[in-house]
Amino acid sequence: MDSHATTHSAHQDFEIPFNVHARPDTGLYNAKLGIWLFLASEVMLFGALFSSLIVIRTAAPHWPRGWEELNVPLATLNTFVLIASSVTVVLAWANLRLGNLKLGKIFIGLTLFCGLIFMVVKAFEYGSKFAHHHYPSTNNFFATYFVLTGLHGLHVLGGMIVFAYFLTWGSKMWFTERARFTNRIEVVGLYWHFVDLVWIFLFPTLYLL
Amino acid sequence: MPPKRQLRVGRDWMYPGQAKKLLSDAIKADKEEQQQHLLEGHHQHWIRRYVFSTDHKWIGIQYGITALFFLLFGFGLMLLMRLQLGWPGKSFEIMKVLGETRAPGGILLPEAYNQLGAMHGTIMVFLAIVPLAVGAFGNYVVPLQIGAPDMAFPKLNMVSYWCYLPGGLVMLASFAVPGGAANSGWTSYPPLSVIATQGQTWWILGMVLLITSSLLGSVNFLVTIIQLRAKGLTWSRLPFFVWAQFVTAFLLLLAFPPLEAAAVMQLMDRVAHTNFFLPSGLVISGQILGNAGGGNPLLWQHLFWFLAHPEVYVLILPGLGIIAEVLANNTRKPLWGYRSMVGAIIFLGFMSFVVWAHHMFMTGMGTTISAFFQTTTMIISIPSVIILSAFFISLWGASIRFTTPMLFALAFLPMFGIGGLTGLPLGLSAADIHLHDTYYVIGHFHYVVAPGTIFAMFAGIYYWFPKITGRQMNEKLGKIHFWGSFVAINCIFFPMFAQGLAGVSRRLYDGGEQYAHAKHMALATNPFMSVAAFTLLVFQLPFIFNFFKSMKWGERVDSNPWGATTLEWAAASSPPLGHGNFEVVPTVYRGPYEYSVPGHATDFSPQNEPDVAPPPPSSGILPATAVAQKEG
Repeated sequence: MDSHATTHSAHQDFEIPFNVHARPDTGLYNAKLGIWLFLASEVMLFGALFSSLIVIRTAAPHWPRGWEELNVPLATLNTFVLIASSVTVVLAWANLRLGNLKLGKIFIGLTLFCGLIFMVVKAFEYGSKFAHHHYPSTNNFFATYFVLTGLHGLHVLGGMIVFAYFLTWGSKMWFTERARFTNRIEVVGLYWHFVDLVWIFLFPTLYLL
Repeated sequence: MPPKRQLRVGRDWMYPGQAKKLLSDAIKADKEEQQQHLLEGHHQHWIRRYVFSTDHKWIGIQYGITALFFLLFGFGLMLLMRLQLGWPGKSFEIMKVLGETRAPGGILLPEAYNQLGAMHGTIMVFLAIVPLAVGAFGNYVVPLQIGAPDMAFPKLNMVSYWCYLPGGLVMLASFAVPGGAANSGWTSYPPLSVIATQGQTWWILGMVLLITSSLLGSVNFLVTIIQLRAKGLTWSRLPFFVWAQFVTAFLLLLAFPPLEAAAVMQLMDRVAHTNFFLPSGLVISGQILGNAGGGNPLLWQHLFWFLAHPEVYVLILPGLGIIAEVLANNTRKPLWGYRSMVGAIIFLGFMSFVVWAHHMFMTGMGTTISAFFQTTTMIISIPSVIILSAFFISLWGASIRFTTPMLFALAFLPMFGIGGLTGLPLGLSAADIHLHDTYYVIGHFHYVVAPGTIFAMFAGIYYWFPKITGRQMNEKLGKIHFWGSFVAINCIFFPMFAQGLAGVSRRLYDGGEQYAHAKHMALATNPFMSVAAFTLLVFQLPFIFNFFKSMKWGERVDSNPWGATTLEWAAASSPPLGHGNFEVVPTVYRGPYEYSVPGHATDFSPQNEPDVAPPPPSSGILPATAVAQKEG
C-alpha cells in the first residue's frame, strides 16, 4: 500500500454523488432507491410468511376463526392508530420540506407516540393470550399469530427507534444539511408506510378470516 | 551562571523532568505528523481505518482475507471426511484434533461425520464462496469499474462485513457446544433439524447474521451500480463483471428473505416448540413426540430451495463476470456477443426464481408440478449455454496470452461445461429418480463450484492482485498452483459421476462399502479420490506462499500491468484508502472491451480515453467521433 505516497496530494476529499439530490436519469437520490430495494426484500420476507400461513392453514383439518380467539376491537383500534401515524409521518416530512422544523418535530413525535400506543395495545393482547395459556406451541394458529405479529412488532419497534433518534440527536443535521435531514424523514416514512401496510394485510388475515 | 540542576535545551534552561517531557512531546508530535502524512491529511484512528473501515477497498480486502480463511477451513473439514471415506473406520492421528467426543482414538464417529458434512457445505457456500465472490471482488472492483468514489452507503458496507464476521464466528463456535455443530446437512431439513442437537440453533443464528449481511450488501451494490456510474458509462458500456454483480445482487436481495422467514420459523420450532415444520404424530426412536403437530416439513424445503437455487447462481455469476474480464484481456479482442451475454445473464436471473423445486422431485409433490419445474430447468440451461458459447467463440482466432489468470479462466470453461451438462439429467424428473442423492449430484455441483467458481476466484485473485497491492504475483508459482490443482481436482470429482451412476448414496459415512453392487466402485475409487484431495491441498501451498510473499516482495508494476481497458485500471495501482478512487473523476467514451482496435496506437483502448482527433477526410472512413456518436 506504499507505492502511492507521491500521488496522495492530488486526491481531494470526496463526496458520494447523488447522496442528497436526485440523479437526473433515475430521478432518485441514493437512499430513496436503497429503501425501495430494501422494501422489495421485505415484501419477500412477509410474502414467504403469508405463503407459509396459507400452506399450513389450507392443510389443517381444523382452524379457528380469527375472531373466536383474538381481540378484534383492540386490533381495529391498532389499525386506526397505525393509519393515523402514516398521516403524521407524511405531515412531518411536508413541514420539513416547507422549512418548519418545529412542526416537523411535533409530527415526528406524534408518529412515535402512535407507534408506542400500537405496541402497548399489542402487549396487552399478548398478555391476555398468555393469561389464557395460549402460547406459540399451543397450535399452529397461535404459532402463526405470534410469529407474524411478533415480526411485525419488531419492525414497528425498529421504526420507533429511528424516529426517536431523529427527534433527538439526529435532528442536529437540520442545521448543517437541511435537505439531507428532510430526505431521511422521507426515507423512514416510506419504511413506516410499509410497516403500516403489512399490518393492513395482517389484520384481516389473522383476525377476520 | 546557569541555575542549579538544570539542563540547557536550545536557548532555555530547564529541569530534567521538563526536558524529558518536552522531548517526548516533540517525538509524539513528530509521530503524529508522520501518521497524519500516512493518512494523507486525514485524521483517522487506525481502528476506523483498518477494523471498522468504511472504504470499499479495505472492506473488500477484509472480506477476501476472511473468506479465504473459511475456504481453507471448509476444505480442511472435507479432508477429514475424505480420510474416513477412503479408509473407513481406520484410526488417524490427525483425526484426534476433533476431540474424544467426535473421534475417540482417532476413529471418526458417524455423528461427527455428519457435523463435518453439514458445516463443510454451510461454510463453503455462505462463508467462503459468496463472501469471496461478492463481498471481496464485488466490493473492491465494482466501484472502481464504474468510476465511483466508493459504495453508495459506506457505513452500511461496514455493517455488512461486521454482520458477516460474527455470523462466521457463531458457526465456528458451534463446534464447541454440547452435541457439536449442526449435523442435519447444509439444507437443514426438518423434522431432523428440529430435533437435532443445540448446534442447529447456533446454525440458525449464524444464518440470520449472514442473511442480514448479504441483504445490506445487495442493497448497497444495486444502488451503487444504478446511481454512481461515471459520466458516459451507460448500461451498454458496463463491464460484464458489473452486470454479473448487478444480477447477483438482485438474487441475494429477493431470494434470501424467504430463507430468513424459514429460519425464524425453524428457530421457533426449536426454541418455542411451535410446529411449523413438524407433522402430527411424529415418532422419534420409537417414542411418540406428543407435539401439537399440523406442520409441513415440505414447507421448509420449498422456502429453503427458493433461496438456495438462486444461491447457486449467486455462486456462479460473479465467477462468469471475472472470466469475462480475464478472457477479454488475455485474448486481446472484444468479447464475442456482449449484448447477448448481458441479455442471457438477466434472463438467467429471472429464471433462477422458478426452478427451485427441481431439488424436490423425490418428495412426491406430483407429476404436474415436476413437469413444470423440469421445463423451467431445461429453459434455464439456455442462457448458461449462451454465455459459455460466447466465451468459447471469444477464443477463436485470438493470440492468447497464457498468463496464470488466463490459465484458470481457460480451465473454467470446460469445467463449468461439465458441471452444467451433468446437471441436465438431474433436472429431468425421470432420470433424477435414479440419480437423486447419489455421488453423481455431488460431482455435478462441485464441478460447477470447485473447478468452476473457485478457479474463477483464483483467476480474479491473480488478475487483480497488482491492482490491490501494486505488485505482481509470481507467474512460475502460479503455474505450479494451476496445473497441480487442475489435475488433482478432476481426480477428486470425476470418479464421483461413476460412483453416483452405480448408485452410491451421498450420505454414507463409510463411503458406500455396505452397497454390495457398488462396493467395488467405492473400494476402488475412494482411496484414490482421497489421495487426490490431499494432493490438492499440497498444490495450494505455492498459492498461499505466493500470495503473502508477493504482497511484500512481488515485482512492482504500474497501474495497468495487463494492458486492460476497464476503469479500475485508470485508478492508481493500490489506490489509497479512504480518499476516493481516482485522481480525476473519469469520463467514459467507449465500450468495455475495445482491444486491438485497428489504427489505435496500442492494442487496448481504455474506456476513459478520449476519442482521438478524426483522421484526415481523404481516408474515406468515418471519423472515430462520428462512429461513437452513432453508437452512443
